[in-house]
Amino acid sequence: MATTAIDHAPAHTHEHTGLWSWITTVDHKRIGILYGATAFFFFLVGGLEALVIRLQLMGPNKTLVSPDTYNQLFTMHGTTMIFLGVMPLSAMFFNYLIPLQLGARDVAFPRLNAFSYWVFLLGGILINVSWFTGHAPNGGWFGYANLTTKQFSPGPNIDFWTVGLQVLGVASLAAAVNFFVTTVNLRAPGMKMMHMPMFVWMSFITQILLLLSFPIITVALILLMIDRTFGTSFFVPTGGGDPILWQHLFWLFGHPEVYILILPSFGIISEILPVFSRKPLFGYAAMVFSGAFIAFVGFGVWAHHMFATGMGPFADAFFSLATMIIAIPTGVKIFNWIGTIWGGKVDFKTPMLFAIGFIAMFIMGGLSGVMHASPPADLQQTDTYFIVAHFHYVLFGGAIFAISGGAYFWWPKMFGKMLDEGLGKLHFWLMLIAFNLTFFPMHILGLNGMPRRVYTYSAESNFELLNKLETIGALLLGFSFLVFLYNIIKTWRTPQPPVGADPWNAATLEWSIPSPPQHFNYPTLPQVHGRDALWELKARHGGPLPEPQRVAEDAVLMPNPSWKPLVAAIGVTVTLGGFIGGSHLWVHVAGVAILLYGIYAWAFEPAFPEHH
Amino acid sequence: MAHAEAHADEHHYTATGIDNKKLAIWTFIGSECMFFASLIGVYLTYKGRDVSGPKPHAEWLDKAGVLQEQMLEIPLVTFGTALLLFSSFFVVLALNGAQRGNRKQLIGWLVATIFCGVFFVGMQVYEFSHFAHRGMGYTTNLFASTFYTLTGFHGTHVTLGLLWLISVLVVALRGKLPPEKALNLEMAALYWHFVDVVWIVIFPVVYLIR
Amino acid sequence: MATDALHAEHSHPGWQTYLKVAVVLFALTALEVWAYEIVHRHQPAALASLLEPVVVEVLLILSAFKFALVAMFYMHLKMDGKLLTAIFSFSLLLAAVIVVALMVVMHYLWSHAPTVNPLK
Repeated sequence: MATTAIDHAPAHTHEHTGLWSWITTVDHKRIGILYGATAFFFFLVGGLEALVIRLQLMGPNKTLVSPDTYNQLFTMHGTTMIFLGVMPLSAMFFNYLIPLQLGARDVAFPRLNAFSYWVFLLGGILINVSWFTGHAPNGGWFGYANLTTKQFSPGPNIDFWTVGLQVLGVASLAAAVNFFVTTVNLRAPGMKMMHMPMFVWMSFITQILLLLSFPIITVALILLMIDRTFGTSFFVPTGGGDPILWQHLFWLFGHPEVYILILPSFGIISEILPVFSRKPLFGYAAMVFSGAFIAFVGFGVWAHHMFATGMGPFADAFFSLATMIIAIPTGVKIFNWIGTIWGGKVDFKTPMLFAIGFIAMFIMGGLSGVMHASPPADLQQTDTYFIVAHFHYVLFGGAIFAISGGAYFWWPKMFGKMLDEGLGKLHFWLMLIAFNLTFFPMHILGLNGMPRRVYTYSAESNFELLNKLETIGALLLGFSFLVFLYNIIKTWRTPQPPVGADPWNAATLEWSIPSPPQHFNYPTLPQVHGRDALWELKARHGGPLPEPQRVAEDAVLMPNPSWKPLVAAIGVTVTLGGFIGGSHLWVHVAGVAILLYGIYAWAFEPAFPEHH
Repeated sequence: MAHAEAHADEHHYTATGIDNKKLAIWTFIGSECMFFASLIGVYLTYKGRDVSGPKPHAEWLDKAGVLQEQMLEIPLVTFGTALLLFSSFFVVLALNGAQRGNRKQLIGWLVATIFCGVFFVGMQVYEFSHFAHRGMGYTTNLFASTFYTLTGFHGTHVTLGLLWLISVLVVALRGKLPPEKALNLEMAALYWHFVDVVWIVIFPVVYLIR
Repeated sequence: MATDALHAEHSHPGWQTYLKVAVVLFALTALEVWAYEIVHRHQPAALASLLEPVVVEVLLILSAFKFALVAMFYMHLKMDGKLLTAIFSFSLLLAAVIVVALMVVMHYLWSHAPTVNPLK
């Protein structure tokens, strides 16, 4: 694959740089990078919280942190990893890849996309500011009422949580509307729904889940906030309310949320495996339908998180069966991934290693999941480290492995440089070993009765050895990410020959344009005739395509940059932020004023430059 | 590499032929369905589980031991319901005017829509203050909290819809809503109709079913 | 193809249709309130005893009719693309399931499950 000097051609006359250009950007690629950088930062913060937890649990009766600080640590670790780590890391891929893979120039609503990012950033800051006040949320990432009602949590801790999650919900909903419309409407000419790359399909299903499940948690959070702020009794038993209703509302959102976290990773894996097996994805249609089926049935299984509340035999049986049914489409997916590798010319590059690691780890997480789909087994396992093992196998062994693989895979497209392959392999093997060292013993500890969310254990419990191993594993896991960070910095600093448009000989459209892509992605919209559009083109061309030429940056009219989305995002955050520690009228008024100014200024500014 | 012909107006290309904005507002409405479903679900789940009065459809004893009438007042809310239904009819006529370039029809019916909407919100403000006067505060009992929260969030949506419609009216009055921009009114109208259909559900579920 | 769809979008019905729908909506609302009044006042007695066992169903069906009329005609779903109808219908279906499911699981819990009800 010959690369020409054209990548260095000074055609960047209109490429803006500098801080202000990033603050006002509406370019989906830049917003994707912002999402990725911010989410990676929060991911490291959540990782540090986990390390403190592991150090506290390294031996019996340790007092590194107080019980209350421990509560704050595990609450913020869970909240951060889910809402500020994995979700926005997926959003980085949505932003960067969906328009590129669809053959589009940007998302349907570029300014709304910027708004989503800013709301996410401010929401993340808002929740984490609580650390500096000493009142970080301490009620678990699920915020069970009535532990979280005013009577039992009088401080502002839970307020940061209810308000922060509402702010983040606004970001997710705005982004979901945007990507839904983008996927349906901005497919390149000729690209039917059943031609879309699998990553776009899984992301599309994720947007539907976001749209339908986030309103439920919004209502639950609002009701809890009203309970805490105005003294109503939605979840207060003495007033006739029932805390169990909180659990239903929370898990009605919470279980689809699990698929929101993992479906984008399914998509990433389904892009990596075919490229490094040199074979099209096995069973494309089955993959699409099993993804949709998982999402749909995912709305009917929420109460398997609540077997221990004593819902009664009929409810237990229903939710147990529905949960077990989900194993079928998930199994279909796993067999299809194996079928993709089967008989292929497998090339064990770093992205492929992570993809294979994903399949293996996710199978283990899936199997333990099927175990506690059965209520009697669940009653033994619930609230123990067995559950902690299970969801780390699906969320870390699943989502983080896939996201890491995706990072290595698309890095050359995003930055025009390859990450170091040796360091990448070191990262993978360290992570695989450390991950299993950290989380596998938790299965055993859990079945032996070690409870979750308790800040220490006694010396007589015999939990010490496995806990020590886990802590060593966790430190190693942290180190593996330092290797990744070092790889990024090294790649950044070391000069490299331009990587070319298509370093992996890949199948999808984003590899047909220069790396990194120009502002408008495609000088002319591509015409698509089937699946694996780029392989199709290369097959018809009879070999590698010529290196695409960069064209003048003003060749295509692109939307104006805008700072109004940031203003509107500040408005949203301030309005809701007024609910921390009681309702502060003047904060709400100020927030609404900023929001209205932002929205009106946004609505009446021209989206595009005036026609020449 | 085969390329599509560069469209003269590529910024309006969509794969389905449906405008992006229209698809977006429908997607948002779909999401809002779940928002109101959760609120209605909570209202219905808690219906009849109050530890004390007031009751929506039966007489109740207040703190002084005096027998009080049922809380909900059907004639008042029937009037409000009719207002909201008519406003939906009016805004569809305004949109019709906007699409056909009939400025008089557009502005006249839009003003009528806003008028109905303002009176609906007024009805709700009166209803809430009247109920408070009759001894039902926000935290009085579970019925009070669920009722005020559900109808209050609906009222907030009506108010936002009004703000939107008024903004479109100002644009129209400045003569900046030609037929090719009628979609800007159609989006507000779709949102307005959605708020109306939510009330079509709330009216029987909260007020008429005992 | 895109232009065809755009044309289809603009062939919305005229004001006569809209007026007919408005009249029907108003009549159905009157029916709803009437049904409520019959049961509430128990007058006329014959009609009331006939209506009482099914009044919830009657009210819900009338409401569903009104809902469908507004969605089909005022929100133009009858004329606009099938995709929009699919989005709205799917959301509505799930919304209805959620309402019913919440009621069922909680009432089942309160009536059958071996928990202590603080109200009793």
